[in-house]
Amino acid sequence: MKIMVALKRVIDYAVKIRVKPDKSGVETSNVKMSMNPFCEIALEEALRIKESGLASEVIAVSMGPAQCVDTLRTGLAMGADRAIHVDTSSTLYPLSVAKLLKALVDTEKPGLLILGKQAIDDDCNQTGQMLAGLLNWPQGTFASKVVLDKEKQVATVDREVDGGLETLCLDLPAVITTDLRLNQPRYATLPNIMKAKSKVIKKVTPAELKVEIKSDMEIVEVTEPPKRKAGVIVSSVDELIDKLKNEAHVI
Amino acid sequence: MEKWRIISSRLLRHSSPRMMIGTSQNHGFGGSIQRSGSKDKFGKAERYFEHGKQNVETCSHPLRDSVGNLQIFLARNLYKTCRIHCRSFASGAARVQRNPSFSTINSNDIAFFKEVLGEKNVIQDEDRLLTANADWMGKYKGSSKLLLQPRSTEEVSQILKYCNSRHLAVVPQGGNTGLVGGSVPVFDEVIVNVGSMNNIMSFDKVSGILVCEAGCILENLDSFLGNQGFLMPLDLGAKGSCQIGGNISTNAGGLHFVRYGSLHGNVLGLEAVLANGTVLDMLGTLRKDNTGYDLKQLFIGSEGSLGIVTKISILTPPKLSSVNLAFLACKDYFCCQKLLMEARRKLGEVLSAFEFLDNQSMDLALTHLEGVRNPLPTSMYDFYVLIETMGTDESYNKEKLEAFLLRSMEGGLILDGVVAQDINQASSFWRIREGVPEALARAGAVYKYDLSLPVEDMYGLVEEMRLRLDQSAKVVGYGHLGDGNLHLNVSVPDYDDAILAQIEPFVYEWTSKRRGSISAEHGIGLMKANKIHYSKSPETVQLMASIKKLLDPNGILNPYKVLPHYVVSQA
Repeated sequence: MKIMVALKRVIDYAVKIRVKPDKSGVETSNVKMSMNPFCEIALEEALRIKESGLASEVIAVSMGPAQCVDTLRTGLAMGADRAIHVDTSSTLYPLSVAKLLKALVDTEKPGLLILGKQAIDDDCNQTGQMLAGLLNWPQGTFASKVVLDKEKQVATVDREVDGGLETLCLDLPAVITTDLRLNQPRYATLPNIMKAKSKVIKKVTPAELKVEIKSDMEIVEVTEPPKRKAGVIVSSVDELIDKLKNEAHVI
Repeated sequence: MEKWRIISSRLLRHSSPRMMIGTSQNHGFGGSIQRSGSKDKFGKAERYFEHGKQNVETCSHPLRDSVGNLQIFLARNLYKTCRIHCRSFASGAARVQRNPSFSTINSNDIAFFKEVLGEKNVIQDEDRLLTANADWMGKYKGSSKLLLQPRSTEEVSQILKYCNSRHLAVVPQGGNTGLVGGSVPVFDEVIVNVGSMNNIMSFDKVSGILVCEAGCILENLDSFLGNQGFLMPLDLGAKGSCQIGGNISTNAGGLHFVRYGSLHGNVLGLEAVLANGTVLDMLGTLRKDNTGYDLKQLFIGSEGSLGIVTKISILTPPKLSSVNLAFLACKDYFCCQKLLMEARRKLGEVLSAFEFLDNQSMDLALTHLEGVRNPLPTSMYDFYVLIETMGTDESYNKEKLEAFLLRSMEGGLILDGVVAQDINQASSFWRIREGVPEALARAGAVYKYDLSLPVEDMYGLVEEMRLRLDQSAKVVGYGHLGDGNLHLNVSVPDYDDAILAQIEPFVYEWTSKRRGSISAEHGIGLMKANKIHYSKSPETVQLMASIKKLLDPNGILNPYKVLPHYVVSQA
């Protein structure tokens, strides 16, 4: 069984984001980019499943401009067997990504798709769900535990939901999106980095996949949230009551 | 009730201990062991005289051995050298007595300070004094009754002028993260904490020159600069608490020393207040200024003994976007050295940090720190190295580092390693190396040594210490391999003088024999105040004492520290 994992190249989680002066978006030039943390967890899970003998191959996929290859190299260094780069410079929204992934699934025919639950730059949390809809596959989102049963061809997924944990049993092929507590991703070791150099990264374009990328959305404006004002030390209870009444209007 | 402990006796070459007792003359420092009086002290003293005599035989130092010096010495002041100092858990601390020429605080003093600083900034509250009196390691505890928090240079000036006229001893204090007891009072010195002076005065985006007050916390400065696309040229584990004034007064080193060099080069100017309240404005922002003697260099690294630094102007390098970090395992120390050589040559200008830690430090870090995981879990290696590169082009730099590492691995220099793929992974690698001091503190009592040695000798000392101490203590070595700076730490369940006797002065002598420094970056403080001769000649030390006398005639600034007591009292 092949497992396909989608990886997204985003601004590194630890970087302090700044909005561009023209408010058209976030500053991305000269800023450290890395693999989306949830995608890392997804890849780690796929690798663990492969190491336990339940899968034969892990394929990493990334979509975007040429720099996506860096993210794929990291994925290969972690242990993925090969990678596919969908080369496009247009802005990709979850529906486009889902359509492109569907086209790849039709060619590669993996038995399991693992994605991160959301990307930390847009926080959409839509791609996995839309993809499952397009493929008409079962989905287990916000997975905090995944157990595969090869004979029965099912995946038992513990989901983190608002009320607690929900356990689902999915028939394979299925789509799983990962949440934070699923696993702790491995580091890229030097021997693996060396092996990754000889692994294949195939390049395809949306045209070859016969997918038309059109976005129905347009970003109008990006602004920072209002800055928190500094706290004020009041000198007496009366002053506190006065401020609560007249400034904060809460009493 | 503080414990009385006699740590080690610094004896001259006398034959009989009796002579010691007989010549109890005070020279600037009061009350040595009295002939009459506490027999108890005397009894203890005798035991240590014996011990000390052995010390003398072994304590042969090329610089100090010049008999001529000793004779002048003996001629001038035959004062007994075994003193008693109340200190709990002090190790290697000089045994000092409170200088009787210093006054004690009275209510007039408090009134004066309150008028100058305002009620809130004159602190006599027990709890706050407790923290201000103790150092980060919990090793040194003073008994000051007064903490002052000036908000401006003018206030510092008034405080010092007053203290000078009243002969009140003063301890300048910043973040209080020092490791040699230099930032806390020895007795009841007035603590002057500049933490409230934390304004950033100006920043020039073109040149990267930052002007700020001495109380700014290093990490805050780094965040501010980060927003502008720059960074501080020094980076240390204490950055969340240490203040830039203290960093400069101690000439702090840190992780990026190998790339950005010493503060002596990066500090363009500073403003300091002398003991008599004079404000020395040397706050230049020029890269080049060859007019007269460069006095600011005196204050950088003088540990607050020549003046209190109030403002600084520092050159900050641009923050390069591509930072890569690798955590590697090496077979032995020889491989670590060769790796350093290769890194210098192959990585060149992008190399920004080169650190090492041995198996035992790694073990301690993994055991005592929370939330750290071993990046190389498959086995425990003897040596670990961290290599960091900082450059402009992300993919190019990553490839360069990886190519270098792979070649080193093929050459057998590296056994295994991981490369951080994002900032979080990099932080977790740094957490291990930066967390070793914290792990040591949690493991029990620590004897800490910070030595500069020729790179090939560095680890030899760790191995010898292991042989010497055997089962009684855990010896770990880690540090800035790129700068030839070893942090030798001996971890014991409790402070024990017997163990200390095995460590000192062996460590200092070993270092001295190889012309190393007994304090690479931590400074002298109180811990090594009488040990400077291991790394500096007597003439140099004499000149230092003259300078101290010139700038601080009453000796009120950070007394008992940095310079040896006998030299200061002579000058």
